Amino acid sequence: MLNIKNLHAKVGDKEILRGINLVVKAGEIHAVMGPNGSGKTTLAHLLAGRDSYEVTAGEVIYEGKDLLQMPPEERAREGVFLAFQYPVEIPGVSTSYFLKAAVNATRKHHGLEELDAIDFLNLIKEKMKLVELDQGLLNRPLNEGFSGGEKKRNEIFQMAVLEPKLAILDETDSGLDIDALRIIANGIDALRGPDRAMILITHYQRLLNYVTPDFVHVLSEGRIVKSGGRALALELEAKGYDWIKAEADLAQQTIV
Amino acid sequence: MLQVAEKLDSYRVDFERIKRDSADRRPQWIDHIRTAAFGRFVELGFPTTRLEDWKYTNVAPIVKTPFARAGQAQRMLPIEPFTLEEVACAQLVFVNGQYSSDLSSLEKLPEGTIVSSLATVLAGNSASVEAHLAQYASYHDQAFVALNTAFMEDGAFVSIPKDTIVEAPIHLLFISSARLGPADDGGSSAPVSYPRNLVLVGSHSQARIIESYVGLEHDVYFTDVVTEIVGGENAAIDYYKVQRESEEALHVATVQAQLGRSSTFSSHAIDLGGALVRNDLNVALEGEGAECTLNGLYMVTGRQHVDNHTRIDHVQPHCTSRELYKGILDGKSRGVFSGKIVVHKAAQKTDAKQANKNLLLSEDAVIDSKPQLEIFNNDVKCTHGTTIGQHDQEAIFYLRSRGVDLAAARSLLTYAFASELLGRIKVAPVRTRLAALLLTRLGNGSTPEEIL
Repeated sequence: MLNIKNLHAKVGDKEILRGINLVVKAGEIHAVMGPNGSGKTTLAHLLAGRDSYEVTAGEVIYEGKDLLQMPPEERAREGVFLAFQYPVEIPGVSTSYFLKAAVNATRKHHGLEELDAIDFLNLIKEKMKLVELDQGLLNRPLNEGFSGGEKKRNEIFQMAVLEPKLAILDETDSGLDIDALRIIANGIDALRGPDRAMILITHYQRLLNYVTPDFVHVLSEGRIVKSGGRALALELEAKGYDWIKAEADLAQQTIV
Repeated sequence: MLQVAEKLDSYRVDFERIKRDSADRRPQWIDHIRTAAFGRFVELGFPTTRLEDWKYTNVAPIVKTPFARAGQAQRMLPIEPFTLEEVACAQLVFVNGQYSSDLSSLEKLPEGTIVSSLATVLAGNSASVEAHLAQYASYHDQAFVALNTAFMEDGAFVSIPKDTIVEAPIHLLFISSARLGPADDGGSSAPVSYPRNLVLVGSHSQARIIESYVGLEHDVYFTDVVTEIVGGENAAIDYYKVQRESEEALHVATVQAQLGRSSTFSSHAIDLGGALVRNDLNVALEGEGAECTLNGLYMVTGRQHVDNHTRIDHVQPHCTSRELYKGILDGKSRGVFSGKIVVHKAAQKTDAKQANKNLLLSEDAVIDSKPQLEIFNNDVKCTHGTTIGQHDQEAIFYLRSRGVDLAAARSLLTYAFASELLGRIKVAPVRTRLAALLLTRLGNGSTPEEIL
């Protein structure tokens, strides 16, 4: 589904991604872990189409297409979804209007009829249960005055409504208490499916106690320096990131 | 200079004519005021950009265009989309500045409340306005107030006795169009009107006044309006000025509000039309504990120029003022905001907040924003701030990442920017019409209810 080859990207003069290689197949869940500043968020935003990065080398193939050539809205309509680490507040636009615009933009793109108010309401009512969101929230301005937990749940709710093929979750587990984490993790788990791939970007491994990944990758200084299974996350939790970094530096030196 | 002097000559001729016209039907005192005001107008002349208050607004289009006081066609006009008959308790309609009794309705007024054309009052019971008319808006130092005062003939007179709650709005609708006929010179001049409004709200009374300015065609005309508002002790006034003149129109308006002890005044100034627009909104908090909230929204494009000058005088202690003006500027439009807050020596415990926020949608649009605080005592809380910017790129990306295309994301965020002020409009049909108008302009097919 997704093939990232030797991806290099920079912001201004600073190189953030320095050769990412990652293959994600339908049905898989990949956890990308790493210390602050390792390039996790850059990778997530770049895949979703944020234009503040300059790709200097490499390519990203999504469902056989050159993802980097597509504007963000087209990526979304083709099934790429990014759950933001910091969802943006938009006063003056209700959550339900925003979602309806999003759903119908995608439906239109696929030649489907737009949902009317009633069908739309039925759809979102069902999806709200998944993350235990209060219906009153639909009529509130998007993310404005939402608690941290509500914002994150709203992201997963949107994912449930939009049913993406490839979901990238950027630190969706940060800043949550254990109850909120459980709700979100259950939501994510419920959205697992054979046709859907997920990239969970996270700093901590505790989300992975609830959502078991197929692969765990460690990102450090813009490169994936180690890949493994579920056990790698636990090892990271126990030992921190320093040993990985030391190992990677050693490997780098050996190559040189 | 000579040219300007010549220009004033045409006003001089016009003034002599208006003085002769039906002089017997007017009280003498009004002629005295007019003569004094015209004298002041001649001395002041039209303001130039050398004056600080006119630095960013060049009134040359007004100076250069020959105007004639407009006549009124006595026929039915397509004013349906602009009326508020369904909610208003009184609706006065003026066509090119003159009252039209055919188009107006006054049936639902509460006992004791007077809503009348000023011309009618001046011709009849002029004593009821003598103590107030031209006592607040200064024709001594404002050229356009002086011009209006010299030529004032008609407008609205609203008087609400004390202890009276007028819940339904009183709507004053000013319709202009060159096609309805400049009276005197067969059409070589553009029409001008000088509406003059006086609103008196007694102690412990409440009123909601809506002034609408509408152009029926895409033509040139000039509106020079002055509104004086007086609120007694504990009065509550909700005031709207919705300006939707033709895109060729010249519109200069002065609103002067005097507020008594513990009174509240909220205003909503909406500017969508006009080629050259200047609003002066002056509020004097003259009684202890008086409060005002000034809301403003201007949305312009093309070569439109809209200038909002506000001045709030905190004269007495414990007064509160809140001000939020927002601008959306596209094309080669130009906006000006100047907000002055003057805290007088006696005005201890003043609480004043002012903000002006602007959204520039094109690289050629320009805004000049100038907050000014003049504080003459040391026990006050005053803040002010200006923002000028484009759309928040984070928000645009967030919307696009959900499948909303760039144009739709921009129009949605523009609407959202304006909606804060639309939300403060308490008269439902005014709010929904403006919201729908904005969405149409933004090319968004949604209804306002859907968005929020």
